[in-house]
Amino acid sequence: MSVVGVEGEERHDFSQQESASIRRRSLALLKSLLQPLWAQVALTIVVVVTSTAAQVAGPALIAYGIDSGLPALLRQDWMPLGSAVVAYLITGVVGAVLIAWFTVLSARISQTILLDLRKRVFQQTQRLSLEFHENYTSGRIISRQTSDLDSIRELLDSGITELVQGGLYMVFIAIALFSLDWVSGLVLFASLIPLAFLTRWFQVRSQKLFRRSRVASARLIVQFVETMTGIRAVKAFRKEKRNEKEFGGFVEDYRDINNRVIQLFGYFDPGLILIGNVTLAVVLLVGGFRVADGGLAIGALLATLLYTRQFFGPAQDMAMFYNSYQSAAAALEKISGVLEERLSVPDPTRPIDLWQAKGSISFEGVEFGYKAGRVILPAFDLQIPVGQTIAMVGSTGAGKSTLAKLISRFYDPTAGTVRLDGVDLRRLHPNDLRRAIVMVTQESYLFSGSVADNIALGNPEASREEIIAAAHAVGAHGFVTALPNGYDTDVNKRGGRLSAGQRQLISFARAFLADPVVLILDEATSSLDIPSERLVQKGLRTLLADRTAIIIAHRLSTVAIADRVLVMEHGCIVEDGSPRDLIAGTGRFSRLHAAWRDSLV
Amino acid sequence: MSSVDKTDTSPKRPGTYASILRMYPYAKPAMPRIYLGMVSAMLAALVALAIPQVLRALVDGPLKDGDSSQIWWPVGIVLGLGVLEAVMIGLRRWLVLTPGTHIEARMRNGLYAHLQGLPVAFHDRWPSGQLLSRAVSDLGLIRRWFSFGIVLLVINTLTILVGFVFLLNINWMLGLVFVVCSTPLWIYGYVFESKYSSVARRSQDLVGDLATTVEESVHGIRVLKAFGRGPQALKNFSLQAEFLRGIEIEKAKAIAGIWLWLLLVPDVTFALSLLGGVLLAAAGQITVGGLVAFFATAIVLRFPVESIGFLLSMTYDTRNAADRFFEVMDSINTITDPDAPKTIEKPAGRLAFRDMHFRYPDAPQRYPDLLNGIDLELEPGETMAVVGLTGSGKSTLTALTSRLYDVTGGAILLDGVDIRDLRLRELRRHIAMAFEDATLFSASVRDNVLLGRPEAGDADLADALRIAQADFVYDLPQGVDTRVGEEGLSLSGGQRQRLALARAVAAKPSVLVLDDPLSALDVDTEALVEEALRRVLASTTTLIVAHRPSTVMLADRVALLEAGRITAIGTHSQLLGTSEHYRFVISSLDDEREREAREVEA
Repeated sequence: MSVVGVEGEERHDFSQQESASIRRRSLALLKSLLQPLWAQVALTIVVVVTSTAAQVAGPALIAYGIDSGLPALLRQDWMPLGSAVVAYLITGVVGAVLIAWFTVLSARISQTILLDLRKRVFQQTQRLSLEFHENYTSGRIISRQTSDLDSIRELLDSGITELVQGGLYMVFIAIALFSLDWVSGLVLFASLIPLAFLTRWFQVRSQKLFRRSRVASARLIVQFVETMTGIRAVKAFRKEKRNEKEFGGFVEDYRDINNRVIQLFGYFDPGLILIGNVTLAVVLLVGGFRVADGGLAIGALLATLLYTRQFFGPAQDMAMFYNSYQSAAAALEKISGVLEERLSVPDPTRPIDLWQAKGSISFEGVEFGYKAGRVILPAFDLQIPVGQTIAMVGSTGAGKSTLAKLISRFYDPTAGTVRLDGVDLRRLHPNDLRRAIVMVTQESYLFSGSVADNIALGNPEASREEIIAAAHAVGAHGFVTALPNGYDTDVNKRGGRLSAGQRQLISFARAFLADPVVLILDEATSSLDIPSERLVQKGLRTLLADRTAIIIAHRLSTVAIADRVLVMEHGCIVEDGSPRDLIAGTGRFSRLHAAWRDSLV
Repeated sequence: MSSVDKTDTSPKRPGTYASILRMYPYAKPAMPRIYLGMVSAMLAALVALAIPQVLRALVDGPLKDGDSSQIWWPVGIVLGLGVLEAVMIGLRRWLVLTPGTHIEARMRNGLYAHLQGLPVAFHDRWPSGQLLSRAVSDLGLIRRWFSFGIVLLVINTLTILVGFVFLLNINWMLGLVFVVCSTPLWIYGYVFESKYSSVARRSQDLVGDLATTVEESVHGIRVLKAFGRGPQALKNFSLQAEFLRGIEIEKAKAIAGIWLWLLLVPDVTFALSLLGGVLLAAAGQITVGGLVAFFATAIVLRFPVESIGFLLSMTYDTRNAADRFFEVMDSINTITDPDAPKTIEKPAGRLAFRDMHFRYPDAPQRYPDLLNGIDLELEPGETMAVVGLTGSGKSTLTALTSRLYDVTGGAILLDGVDIRDLRLRELRRHIAMAFEDATLFSASVRDNVLLGRPEAGDADLADALRIAQADFVYDLPQGVDTRVGEEGLSLSGGQRQRLALARAVAAKPSVLVLDDPLSALDVDTEALVEEALRRVLASTTTLIVAHRPSTVMLADRVALLEAGRITAIGTHSQLLGTSEHYRFVISSLDDEREREAREVEA
């Protein structure tokens, strides 16, 4: 099994090699995030190093004050004590001010990183193909962008500061201790050995658990989002109790894993304190003997004790934030997986511009299957000249939508080429492609915002007049003006109750506004009532007059405005001709048409 | 894209203490362990404070005398105390951590259950990203606060106070310097709340908005792709995220402010204590051992003092999280089981609307009711089609039958019983719906279809699938056990619609409510479904929203919905003959004639 991209994402038992490759990819991501910020990072490091050094000076100054200041004072010499106190004040103030500055600096850096990461994941999400989205499910991609980023944010918020500062603190203290009394320094050094073992133990154990906790939280989110988006069906079919049980299970899994993680930490933290306190006792013992026979000053002993205590102080903080580091690392693994995911419909590296598309489409030896070996559309050729209106007919699953999605480049063909005005779609500049070809599907998703905003999605530069004109053209103007705030009505507040038909009209207006040379309508009128459909078709007659159009519809009324009909069956085009010829013939279409005529009243 | 300003909805924010106290019911079972945890944390702190006292005895005794043989004992005691501290801290963690996760789980389950209970009108109003951020990040904050925030906040404050006593005890003058010097900290602690808390709240709300945008960008991916609006969506998202970044930096500044004081004050205090301590020692007012003990004690207090900063910010975050949690929990569920529920022993399926009115709560006053006095009666077993223009309220009418919304006037009766007098579960068992948006859940085809009657067997499943012409499921990789993706994305619209229809049929209700159930089907399939449906419809009361003549044909009678009222009822042919509006809504013959006329001309 591979771990490239999002594959194997739900596993947590990686082999060493896999672990290494995942870690490499996380680190590479981290590096690329930090690189543009190197100057800020450098400044921040200088600030934090200086402030830490200032802070660490404290106990040494106390030692000096006691050991030199006290005897000097007895000789009426104020200098040593005075300088110790002044130095303490200065280092204290400098240290504190710099740390405060450091806090702001590091927040700037971490927020910039986070912003960068958010944008990258968002953009990647938009670029990934529909195929990816269909397999990965929206809940998981949402959890990548919410809870996973949350845990990275948590680390960046407080963790990095503590981690860097604490690490430096420990290094400086070790240095200070060595220079003050090398014997105590050695003791401290010896204590690092059990510390290293303990940390390693914790790291290995927790990493696995953190990975599992990411997976568990993603499951929780999937279920949550699904319930809230499908709340009507949940209620109507009394799924609440069953959902509660299911969700309760996910909550319990997540709780259990979380609990195990922090229990692990519950051994780690006291372990640290134990090591610290034992070290303290040893330093005291070793120092005490030397003080007793005059080898060490009392003040120096005090300083070594203070340093030892302080050395393990940040160690505890760091342990705490190591925790959030581990959790963030697990999240980063998942995110870097999504970012690594290869685009199956990639943007061209050297795009061809097509400023003024005319709208001829050609399929040359095109074959398509979602998965290798399962061919949906066997190899075929098809020419659609400029300005032709094509109706595609055939039963559900015959491959009509798939063919349409190849034209709008939701998918790329497995073999052969689809061209617009002779240019391979794969080489066409994405902006030109999207401007030239627009597809309206039966799922008419509305985004939160006003009705006008939603129509303007077709052309963000459109003026209010143009938006209204588009709504007029598809017959949506009437109901929109009847809404409480007309075009400014927030669909979020009323979105739940704009009827499916109304939503379809809005997405129709969107397409109208986009004004593409090739328009694909995939069941775009299925929820309209007959008068609305009539209006839409009237609008279409003018709209389609000078552009290429592919219309997929079950209602054969659409055929009325078509120049050409394609009948599809099992992925193949079985009939192709003008509507009149086909109706006159004896093929499938003439049968369908006859049946449809009978159904009219 | 959206900005939900929930902060403004509550005119008066409750205090931090009040907000946090509201979580007590969820925390109650965990409290004994949390209290015990506090006790062990306090013991740990006392032990840590005791160590300097041993040092004092050691310095003033054996070390002063140069008596090496007496060193072992005090060091042994320090070691013993050190081990005890570690044990106490371990005990504190063991006591407190697990209950914290239980509080989180309890609150999360509670929120989920409450959300499921809240009426559809609530969900229309609240973007699910806001709900998600409350259910995940906010509750995570609360867990961490209960797991160590609250314990450390209480204990560290106590430790500081006890430490003061120790310091005063070692030398009252030095101790006093320390206590007086630390007063700015307590003052700043209060100021900090006003600086931090509201910024933090804004950041939490923005995170929720960001989640909403993310969600929409994923759910609307097809539209964004179709129009090539990915870059624009990214721009919108970036603006939002950048705004959040600004707020976060503001937050960091508030934290930097308190950090400055938390570090500055102890450092100044230490410097002054050093001055005073050495002076006192020179004057013989304090022993060297006392001085050592003083500084050793003071350093033990450093961590508790510094920790106050993040413990306070954590507490304010938690308070905001609790506020956000209770904003949802305080939403009153208006659609609930009645106090004295009635029950229908033998449902016949007589569905009646009596002068029924409905308007959406946010509809402006000047608008008439969307449904303005509906009178309609469905006999048991009858199939009634509802026909009307887009936006005339047909879908709303169907949603009212199973109380997804409640009527605002009049009543809906099932077998003579007001549906509000039935338990929701019973009502929704009697009435099954198929929506125009066919929602499928991440589960097997079987579970999806048998959603309304999980106990049904394979025969019922097969039957329902056959009626809905959904045999395609047998061709799926694992047949009826294939998991259909979230929202059934990997199925086509027509396939999803058929599964939704099969689901309604499989529930074997006494009343079927179908909202334009065949819109996404092709003509052949539609004909087959209609053929199969007739058998079910013959014995089941059915309310069916129809846009097409072919669907209307399934019905015994047709009701025409116009301007919020039923303006005509009759058979299809009766209405064609008598109602101008009906002909306008349902007939496409005019077009046909027109077209043929044109063709003849041509």
